[in-house]
Parts: sequence; C-alpha cells; structure tokens
Amino acid sequence: MREDILFASGHTACAGCGQAIAARLVIESAGPNTIIANNTGCLEVFSTKYPESSWGVPWIHSLFENAAAVASGIESALQYLGKKNIQVIAQAGDGGTADIGLQALSGMWERGHNILSICYDNEAYMNTGIQRSSLTPLDSETTTTPVGEKSFGNPTLKKPVAEIALAHGIPYVATASVGFPQDLQKKIKKALSIRGPKYIQIHVPCPLGWRHEPNLTYRIARLAVETGLYPLIEYENGVLSSARKISVVAVEEYLKLQARFKHLLNNEEEIKKIQEIANNNIKRYSLS
Amino acid sequence: MFGPIFSKPLSSKNNKTGSWRMGKRPKFLQTNCIACRMCILICPEGCIEGEDKNTYHCDYDYCKGCGNCVEICPRQDIVMIEDK
Repeated sequence: MREDILFASGHTACAGCGQAIAARLVIESAGPNTIIANNTGCLEVFSTKYPESSWGVPWIHSLFENAAAVASGIESALQYLGKKNIQVIAQAGDGGTADIGLQALSGMWERGHNILSICYDNEAYMNTGIQRSSLTPLDSETTTTPVGEKSFGNPTLKKPVAEIALAHGIPYVATASVGFPQDLQKKIKKALSIRGPKYIQIHVPCPLGWRHEPNLTYRIARLAVETGLYPLIEYENGVLSSARKISVVAVEEYLKLQARFKHLLNNEEEIKKIQEIANNNIKRYSLS
Repeated sequence: MFGPIFSKPLSSKNNKTGSWRMGKRPKFLQTNCIACRMCILICPEGCIEGEDKNTYHCDYDYCKGCGNCVEICPRQDIVMIEDK
C-alpha cells in the first residue's frame, strides 16, 4: 500500500459512507503537518475504535462541543512555541457544528485563530440513531421528525451556518461536496493557504440515515448540487468569489433516491416547497 | 482511569473490514482505464491504488463492496461481480 497514508483503511464506517470519503480527502489535501481536533460524532467513533486509530496525524477528541476550543488551545500553543508550519483543523458533524459545538466554534471564529473548521454535513445525528439536527433539510424523515398524517418530516429549513460564519467576518467560507472531490480538495488547499479562521461545510450522504443504496453516495451528492439544493459557493473576505454553475435538475431526481423523502413522492405541494428552496439558491447565487 | 487514552497511528489496519461485503465486490477490468484517479478519490475505505493506466486495483482485505468506484468510473472500467 501507499506510504503517504494519513487516513487508514479498517475504520468502521458503513459501506458507502460519505463522511469517510470526505475525511480522507480533507486530511490528504492538508498533508502530514496537521493536527486535528474532533468533536464527538460518527467520524470520531468510526475512525478511532479503541484501541485503534485510522489517523496518521496527531488527532484529539475531547467532548461533543469543544473541538473548536481544543483547537484554539493547540493553535495558541503552536504560536507560543514559534511553530509556524503546522496547520490546525477542528472538525465535526452537522450536530457538533450547528447545534452542540456552535458556541465554541463562534468563539474560535471571533478570536481569529488560524484554524480551519470543517463541518461534515450529513443532515442529522446519524451516530445516535438519526435524530434531526438544525442542518436537517425540510421534510426529511428522522426518528425525531417522523412522518404521519399531519407531519411531512422535519418542519424547518437548514440553519445557515455558512452565513453565521460570514457574519463573524472570517476570511474564507466555502461549501463543498463529496460529489465533487477535486473541488473539495482545491478548497481545502486554498483555505489552508489563508491565515485566520476558515470554515468549510461538506455535504456527505449517509446511506444509513438517508436510506439509500451504498453505491449511490456519489450520485446523490452530485444531484444535491445539480438540483441547486446544495450550492457550492466560496466567500473570500466576505465577498462571493465563486459559485459552481449547474445544469439544473428537478429536485425529484434527488429526493426519489432516498427513503427519507419517500413520503413526498406523490405530494406535489411539498415537492414544490423544496423546488422553491432550490430555485431561490439558483437565483441568489446565479447558478445556472 | 480518567487519564487520556492513546492509540497508535493507522492501527485501524488491524480490522479487515473486507469481511463486511454483502455478496458483491468490484472488479477492476484494467482495459479502458485512463488513470483519472477518480476511483481513488471516491473510495470511502481508501483501499484503491494505482499509478499508470490499467494498473488500478483495490485491497479486498478492506473493501466493503459499496460500489461507488463503479459509479464514478467515467470509462465503465470497474464492474461489480459476485464475491466468492
């Protein structure tokens, strides 16, 4: 096998795990001079099944909410020691980023630490049994937003975490997807070339929680982008610097591959609402 | 008992997750490969390697048989076959 491995095989992610793809692409782009602090979540659990670890770089897990605070301490210590060529990454899932870890993350952005924070967005708490998070999309079925006579699943929209990050005035904010692995790698490298706090949110399909076949991870990730539901955008110094153009696919094409949306398939009204979200994104970022 | 716990780097290689496969595994035909490396990029296990055209293969000790390499290959040079 290759000698430059930084994220080893043998981890216990489900077959077709989008987060495992993204995590490997991130650390391979960042390179060996990196220290990672990880919030609790799927990634933490499947990559460090005690007494084993998949990581080839220094990696620390403390609590669910504090990877950003731990990373801040690491970055400050490196600065004190005068070690300038070591990068620090704070990473978490969508729950650890948008709900439980948001306070520590906000502090890290606000204090201006030279850290890249990454959110692996699989749109629910998959590790504990698919409970909704604030990044769960509209009408998605989870165990805490069940579908019934009066419910179409999750009633809320995704929390605009990228905009929250932007409001802190940080120099680089981007979204990426495992459906576009080269774009993802480019954004990680670009982010790490910029000093200060950076935020990248990566869309990572979850075969278990989204209830799709494991081989569809790549196709579903691409469709999320091509429908306009997950625009790939980049902000540098608060200004929109790139938005990936799309061919515009109808949202049904994305929804129908996932059983978490299967209750919507004959519900034109709800699909219209989701198409509206995509249309707004397409207009707002001039995607087509 | 409450101190930090350490693990050796890359020690997850001890888990031979290839045993997770559910009856199918990818076969790298090595005939139309253009060495675009997309299969390497998309593999959740990171168990595919190769350099030049038609040299790509995966490590069945770790491959969980998800089939995303088949999906991403632009030349249909990877197919799923019965796992024996």
